[in-house]
Amino acid sequence: MSERKLRLLVAKPGLDGHDRGAKIVARSFRDAGFEVIYTGLRQTPEQIVNTAIQEDVDAVSLSILSGAHNTLFPRVIELLREKDAADIPVFGGGIIPEEDIAGLKAAGVLAVFTPGTSTEEINRWVRETIRPRD
Amino acid sequence: MGAGNHQTPGLMKPKADMSVVDRILNGEIRAAARLIRDIEDGRPVAREALKTLYTSSGQAFVIGITGPPGAGKSSLADKLIEAFRGQGKKVAVVAVDPTSPFSGGAILGDRIRMNRHASDDGVFIRSMGTRGHLGGLSAATSDAVTVLDAMGWDIILVETVGVGQDEVEIVRTAHTSLVVMVPGMGDDIQAIKAGILEIANIFVVNKADRPDTDRTVRDLENLLDMNLPSEDEWRPPVVRTVALRQDGISELMEKIQEHRNYLLSSGRLARFEEEKSAQRFAELLKEGLFRQVHDRIQHEDRLKGILEAIVNKELDPYTAVDRILEEKLK
Repeated sequence: MSERKLRLLVAKPGLDGHDRGAKIVARSFRDAGFEVIYTGLRQTPEQIVNTAIQEDVDAVSLSILSGAHNTLFPRVIELLREKDAADIPVFGGGIIPEEDIAGLKAAGVLAVFTPGTSTEEINRWVRETIRPRD
Repeated sequence: MGAGNHQTPGLMKPKADMSVVDRILNGEIRAAARLIRDIEDGRPVAREALKTLYTSSGQAFVIGITGPPGAGKSSLADKLIEAFRGQGKKVAVVAVDPTSPFSGGAILGDRIRMNRHASDDGVFIRSMGTRGHLGGLSAATSDAVTVLDAMGWDIILVETVGVGQDEVEIVRTAHTSLVVMVPGMGDDIQAIKAGILEIANIFVVNKADRPDTDRTVRDLENLLDMNLPSEDEWRPPVVRTVALRQDGISELMEKIQEHRNYLLSSGRLARFEEEKSAQRFAELLKEGLFRQVHDRIQHEDRLKGILEAIVNKELDPYTAVDRILEEKLK
């Protein structure tokens, strides 16, 4: 039987003005052999969750620079739950203060990567943590 | 185009005791999304589900969108979704992007132009990587269309990779194929006409606010004139659009409807279905026979010996195959 290919959604919720970080991460996921669905800037949590479901992704990764991470991460997780898709894990990164990370993890965010993290490190974490859902 | 006997996709709650097929026919998005994944990943369970779903398909109107990269295929798809939603139709999209031949990974970014529809329950969008398949689509595309068709989506838009020349497969998947061009390709039209004239049911010259638009339209019209159709045959119209400004979209919608009417009134639709069925049957037969024979000689541990004999010129590949096939027939 052929192996499942890992599918990841890279999404930018909220009002961020640029997506350079998200694009760099998306490209490194592609180079690691994953299929990346990229939706562009200024997505609502509803759009992100519907996209995750329609695309049957194995994880949702959010990039947030705007400071609204404490609202947007939990909202995406809550919507996934409402749509019977709580089995899709959420991780992410961006400009997120150290003191907020514990709270985000408590809300169900699997990992938070802050500026300075190498793409190799993120890829390694994805390989070790995210499994194609069966 | 009506799908009266189907549930509205997205409105039904999942039920644990239902089969995948029932859940899909019931309009459950997660089940359909998962089955499309199983098709892409080559899972045997997908084949079983397709057996049932195939017989429920045949209601949807399938529109192909092809053309070179950057011509605006996704932006046009976005406007067509909006226009069909305005008519109350439910729209599904399958958008194919290239898989990297080096890593096997892909960035599937066609959604960027259409994702405003992601919060509309009447729209379903699915991105696919080519995964090594040539011809503009992925190996799973036509089966994915079957799933969405059986599910009750009225319109299915299929957006190809966009290489611009080698995309004949769309013709067998879509009832109406749009070839999207941009102005300034004047001389290139000559070079690519062989691949493109046969594909297009409608030509779209997008970004038609650019200076070379008139020339590109004229070149296309000249080319079409040289290809004089017989009396009952469809001559592809050339439509100018500026997708980002909404220009030309209603004319494009009219031409799509005209082509659909033509397919119905000329009997072409029946011929399309015949050709599609013959093609699919032949593909599956080829795949199945190959797998059967190949698995057997591999199971009997003979493959290596046969290949060695061919390498050493003790046996030629033609005779080798003839012998295997004779055995098979006995």
